[in-house]
Amino acid sequence: MAKVFIYPTTSLILSDMVARFGHTPLSSAVAIRERIQTPGLESPPLQITPEEPKKGLKWAAVEVPSGVRGRMALYGPMIESCEAAIIINDADFAFGCMGCARTNELVKFLLREKEIPKLDLNYPKNEEEGVVFVAAIKKFLSGLGGTP
Amino acid sequence: MNAYTPVLTGTVTKYVVVESFEITPADLAVRGYEISDGAMIKETCFGLVINGREEEVDRIITELRKVDPDHIFVKDRGFPPGDTRRCRANLGGARPGYHGIEQEMTIIPYVSHGLEEIKKRDSSEIPPPKNPLEYHLLDIDKLKNLMEAQES
Repeated sequence: MAKVFIYPTTSLILSDMVARFGHTPLSSAVAIRERIQTPGLESPPLQITPEEPKKGLKWAAVEVPSGVRGRMALYGPMIESCEAAIIINDADFAFGCMGCARTNELVKFLLREKEIPKLDLNYPKNEEEGVVFVAAIKKFLSGLGGTP
Repeated sequence: MNAYTPVLTGTVTKYVVVESFEITPADLAVRGYEISDGAMIKETCFGLVINGREEEVDRIITELRKVDPDHIFVKDRGFPPGDTRRCRANLGGARPGYHGIEQEMTIIPYVSHGLEEIKKRDSSEIPPPKNPLEYHLLDIDKLKNLMEAQES
């Protein structure tokens, strides 16, 4: 069972596909859950404390906005621990709801730099593309080992 | 700053999203309540939110998936159900993460079709996906033809 980083990190489809075919999806919910369930000082809504942008310095320089560094404190450890990645390149909702577009660019860059198996896809736009999409993910995840 | 004491520690929360012509979130919720052993199950417009011990939540989800395996989708959630920091009832408007699910719900029917089809078809017959990183730039001959067509 491999740890698979998914991008967009909030994707329902990717999260489900990875778990369905027997691997562990690394999504933003897992990182948020760790913070929500850790006692400390109240910092609503996401329990992102002033410590997070400091941790983010590992992946982004000090002149980079604290929003990027704070988000990298969530995604950086997951990128380091992942053993494979699935990236969707045309996810419009990744801009805005998921946060700063610069963080997304940095996340994609770090994934491309890392020497792990990667699968680049676009969302399917019709039923036939849906078949190709699912088959590609299944084939990719089967190649990682485990029990699909 | 106030001290923060988390609730429901050691539990996991997962969304179960239903996109099916045959079952509704209500059907799935009833099935969930039947087999639940201490997990919290909340019915929503798009499916369920299940909170509990990880092994218990996974067991319930495994059973629920059997109802309609190609039309039930699951993802993790950071917050427990009804958390005032995220719940729509407190915020007055859609929960921030809902927009992502709403957008993906338009794509899920194609994915469900794909899940059904890969069981029927030989995997060698299915072509590989196009590489989205290969940008198809405008071919110079095509550009020349376009320019000539415009000028004539």
